Amino acid sequence: MDCNRFFVLMRHEEEKFNVMGAKIVSNNGKKTLHGVHAPHFKNTTELVPEVMPVPEKVYISLHQHMGAPCEPLVKKGDTVKVGQLIGDTSAFMSAKTHSSVSGTVEAITTMTTSMGGTDQYVVIKTDGLQEVSEEVKPPVVTNYQEFLTAVKNSGLVGLGGAGFPTFVKFNLKDLNMVDTLVINAAECEPYITTDYRTCMDKTKELLAGARAIAKYLELKDIYIGIEDNKPKAIELLEKETKDDPAFHIVSMKASYPKGAEKVIVYETTGRVIKEGQLPFQAGVIVSNVTSVAFLGEYLETGMPLVTRTLTIDGSAIANPKNVVAPIGAMFEDIVNFCGGYKEEPVKMLMGGPMMGITIYTDNLPMVKNNNAMLAFGAEQAKVYEETACIRCGRCVRACPMSLMPAAIETAYKLKKEDELKALKVNLCIECGCCSYVCPAHRQLVVTNKMAKRMIAPKK
Amino acid sequence: MKSKLMVSPSPHIHDAVSTQSIMRDVLIALVPALVASVIIFGFRALVLTAVCIAACVVFEYLTRRILGRSNTISDLSAAVTGMLLAFNLPVGLPLWMAVLGCFFAIVVVKQLFGGIGQNFANPAIAARIFLLLSFSLPMTTWVQVNQVSGATPLAQMALARAGETQTLPSLLDMFLGVRGGCLGETCALALIIGGIYLIARKVITPTIPLAFIGGVAVFALLLGENPLYHVMSGGCLIGAIFMATDYTTSPVTEKGKLIFGLGCAALTMLIRVFGSYPEGVSYAILLMNIICPLINRVTKSKPFGGVQ
Repeated sequence: MDCNRFFVLMRHEEEKFNVMGAKIVSNNGKKTLHGVHAPHFKNTTELVPEVMPVPEKVYISLHQHMGAPCEPLVKKGDTVKVGQLIGDTSAFMSAKTHSSVSGTVEAITTMTTSMGGTDQYVVIKTDGLQEVSEEVKPPVVTNYQEFLTAVKNSGLVGLGGAGFPTFVKFNLKDLNMVDTLVINAAECEPYITTDYRTCMDKTKELLAGARAIAKYLELKDIYIGIEDNKPKAIELLEKETKDDPAFHIVSMKASYPKGAEKVIVYETTGRVIKEGQLPFQAGVIVSNVTSVAFLGEYLETGMPLVTRTLTIDGSAIANPKNVVAPIGAMFEDIVNFCGGYKEEPVKMLMGGPMMGITIYTDNLPMVKNNNAMLAFGAEQAKVYEETACIRCGRCVRACPMSLMPAAIETAYKLKKEDELKALKVNLCIECGCCSYVCPAHRQLVVTNKMAKRMIAPKK
Repeated sequence: MKSKLMVSPSPHIHDAVSTQSIMRDVLIALVPALVASVIIFGFRALVLTAVCIAACVVFEYLTRRILGRSNTISDLSAAVTGMLLAFNLPVGLPLWMAVLGCFFAIVVVKQLFGGIGQNFANPAIAARIFLLLSFSLPMTTWVQVNQVSGATPLAQMALARAGETQTLPSLLDMFLGVRGGCLGETCALALIIGGIYLIARKVITPTIPLAFIGGVAVFALLLGENPLYHVMSGGCLIGAIFMATDYTTSPVTEKGKLIFGLGCAALTMLIRVFGSYPEGVSYAILLMNIICPLINRVTKSKPFGGVQ
């Protein structure tokens, strides 16, 4: 998924488990970082998620997370039930895979992923009974270690889009390093409303999950950062948490990318995650709101991550909806549940229009961290011609990290690696604001990604 | 099943602003000054403007074509250059001289350096200076528009400094543009309206105009001159609002823009008060254009969370 973050993590893996007493920088969150005012398109805001019928077949990837893929634990012909563990690995950086349906394993096969690579998939022919596995029982959690084990067994990854194994994020050498939980409910990507629905429909689970994380990771404060274009959610959360002094609901001015990790940490707590640092080094654990709510639910029921809610929207979708789909359901099946296509789809995205990834076919299964699938007709899939940079400085004013994308582009073309390092291209969060505002339609964020690769340590 | 869908990098939506829309906004912002110039100087102001725009667009088209490059006239930047150059000429200038100025602006200053975004100096400013040096007399022959004098207020102020008695136009006339000068530079009201439009449309940030105009006023006070006359005379307003804010030749960061605007103001006042030539805006902007890369170098933005 987000390979760059993965590499950063790998590089700092050692540091992560040794660093003590992180230095905390605070400026009380007075300044807001730059961003863009992208249109919201939150068409599905008031649509309570609908559970889709179990499709005939599901294709469950054994690599739905950053890190090492799982090995299959089932073979062709095996009978599986909902919540049964079907993939695991001994590697640390990974997440367990569970069956989302009951049925029979038809094959363990290698398929091309949305990113163009290949992964192993467990293909299950469903029986429609959705029998729950005997393995599913509420975890017994009384201390930090048991909590970590429970998170690991839940198969949870960051549901906001990055797919980072949550158990790894919570695994800290010393709990004194962190004191604050930041729950990301910003949902700044246009179209997507699943996190909003979590706030509205799973408030109890969300608060239970937040309290559990705070309890076992010994965190004092819980900040929920949410954009001010979701007033109902802000009101509800404020009401539900008013008697608990640990909670702070932070209403942020709606502008993209408020949900970017460094941005939300800064705007809720005032802390700066410095170059090369991970949030815990600023004393913060950041978690997506839907992940937290899932955890709250898991601790109650023991049902691992086998379904998730996606926003299905875009000009080509007949009936845009929020859909609760079993992991591994084909996008084609999900779209059919939304009434199919009303016009010929030309471009389809996993995720939102700012950072989402295009898929070349709808014959792909959804994975744990898919929060949306958007389909657009020809008009919305317009491709702009790149023209000369006019040095207007809009990219500089839009960049939340205060980088200079146009200067980075020049340095990249001239292959000036030292210049790229001085311009701190490695701090780019790839939010796409620079490309979004560029009047010459230059693909600045693409150049940033390539420039980051150019200066990355050679293997 | 749908396959062979379009695959492209994110982001998949785009702001409505394009190079063309920006240039269109600049043209719109110049319309009040064009109307004022026709009222003040007569129909020939319109003719001169039209000739300059047409000449710039034709030169842009031909140069790109001869050099085998893509056609860029639709980005409207050539039209903007034409309009700005016309606004920096006296209304009576022979048309062939104006066309020669357009050639210099588009072909020499803009296209030979690589076209839009690559020129080291503002093409209209460079062309104005080229014409001024080549045809000093026609470039400083002002038509009389009020009963006071055919000379520009700045020339009058220079003479007054030398001890001659001069009657300057009233401040109201200065504000409305009823005075000698280049055709688009005289009407302060029209230029300010255009500037407000550009800022409201977020085409420019207010930093350069405010630093430039404010700087001129402050330096005038320090030098014992009337700040209002200095701000409203010569090319100060058109220079501060429309010429110094040219993207390519002005700094990228706000800090850089502040330095740039103040530098323009200081040079303008030095030339006006101590130089042998009464007007200094063009030279000031040209000189600051040239050091713009240096300003950019020392005013880089500070990355968020960056560690040295």
